Amino acid sequence: MSYYEEDDLSRFADMGKHRPDLFEKFMAWYQACQEDGALSRREKALIGLAVAHALQCPYCIDAYAQSCLESGSNMEQMTEAIHMASALRGGAALIHGLQAHNSVNKVSM
Amino acid sequence: MSEGKVLPVVNADASVARAHVSFVERVGSAGLTLRRAGAVETLQVNVGKLCNQACKHCHVDASPKRTEIMSGETAAQIIEAVRRFRFQTVDITGGAPELNPSFRRLVIESRDAGAHVIVRHNLTVMFEPGQEDLPEFFRAQGVEVVSSLPYFLEQQTDAQRGHGVFNKSVEALKRLNAVGYGVEGSGLALHLVYNPVGAFLPPAQSAIEADFKRELRARHGVSFNSLYTITNMPIKRFLDYLRRTGNEERYMRKLVEAFNPQAVAGLMCRTLLSVDWTGRLYDCDFNQMLDLGVPAGLPQSIADFDPRDFAGREITTAAHCFGCTAGAGSSCGGSVVAS
Repeated sequence: MSYYEEDDLSRFADMGKHRPDLFEKFMAWYQACQEDGALSRREKALIGLAVAHALQCPYCIDAYAQSCLESGSNMEQMTEAIHMASALRGGAALIHGLQAHNSVNKVSM
Repeated sequence: MSEGKVLPVVNADASVARAHVSFVERVGSAGLTLRRAGAVETLQVNVGKLCNQACKHCHVDASPKRTEIMSGETAAQIIEAVRRFRFQTVDITGGAPELNPSFRRLVIESRDAGAHVIVRHNLTVMFEPGQEDLPEFFRAQGVEVVSSLPYFLEQQTDAQRGHGVFNKSVEALKRLNAVGYGVEGSGLALHLVYNPVGAFLPPAQSAIEADFKRELRARHGVSFNSLYTITNMPIKRFLDYLRRTGNEERYMRKLVEAFNPQAVAGLMCRTLLSVDWTGRLYDCDFNQMLDLGVPAGLPQSIADFDPRDFAGREITTAAHCFGCTAGAGSSCGGSVVAS
């Protein structure tokens, strides 16, 4: 058994078993976020895909890869979104290099 | 999460009946019934399985190697029915229907009988020998042309329809545009069909139509009227693909969970009758490919057809019907629920 099981994605509703009130509130909010608004469903799916990669959540990656396809995105667009997430993660790591520099500089002559 | 927990399996003999009950039950659990409307408005004629392409998703399993095509005698029976019963629309499909020797006669006689004629035209067939004048023939007959183009990019289109198909399709679209098809104000309708290139549901029709129009115009200078999104049916070659890639259960679960009660009223089987290359009758082209004829007790052949027998009657259904009720619904005219 793996820590991550593909079928668990379709069992997400099981998280409502013990505190259904909280789960229902979450689902209402989550689903409202997906609807067309100032951003289209497709744009939101691409954001979701990028965030899923930043979080490195395999369930979210699977779900949002499908959502992107089913909202009409192609692999080129999805890959650009993934690069955006990766670039931000890389940039976020790199800018923390200044923390290291600062730390070193503080104790250096 | 969805309440649909049924996992129907198509084409496994014992499970077809169980899956049939499941679809009927699912419709019933939504407080709906599925029966024919009062009139058969469209006669959809499948003239056979011969095609110049062998697309990976084809529910007909059509290819250049297939030999099952409609005879002149059966075509004559169909023309007689069109004359006698005055169908609003005659929708001609295949295979590539143009390859049937009776194709042009079917079009001409149906138009003479006053029917609106739709041709399911795969675009590339116009480059086959003897088919070069198809755009002019379509225009002369005033037919509506409906053509598959699964995506506005070469990679996706060729992955589904075969190497080189995208570029040939674009050339064909240019020729259709040149005679007026898909050109605003010409009155000559050219609609494209989007099928997902894989085991997923189509996007919202209006959204992807806007992309197709923008991209095809910008990249290739071609235009069309409307885009129809059609869900891939778990039948024949697409079912083989689902099984080969381990996607069958997941795809069927997706179809069942996406059941949309709002799609039921607009299902094409309520107003359409499908006839195969031998003259046998079906409630739709998908049933035809599964060999699921119209219910027992109804005329089984076009030679015996009488529209009064079909008004308000039961429709033959099975697990694949979840493909027409998933999401925004699916029909030969695209999605059935406005997006």
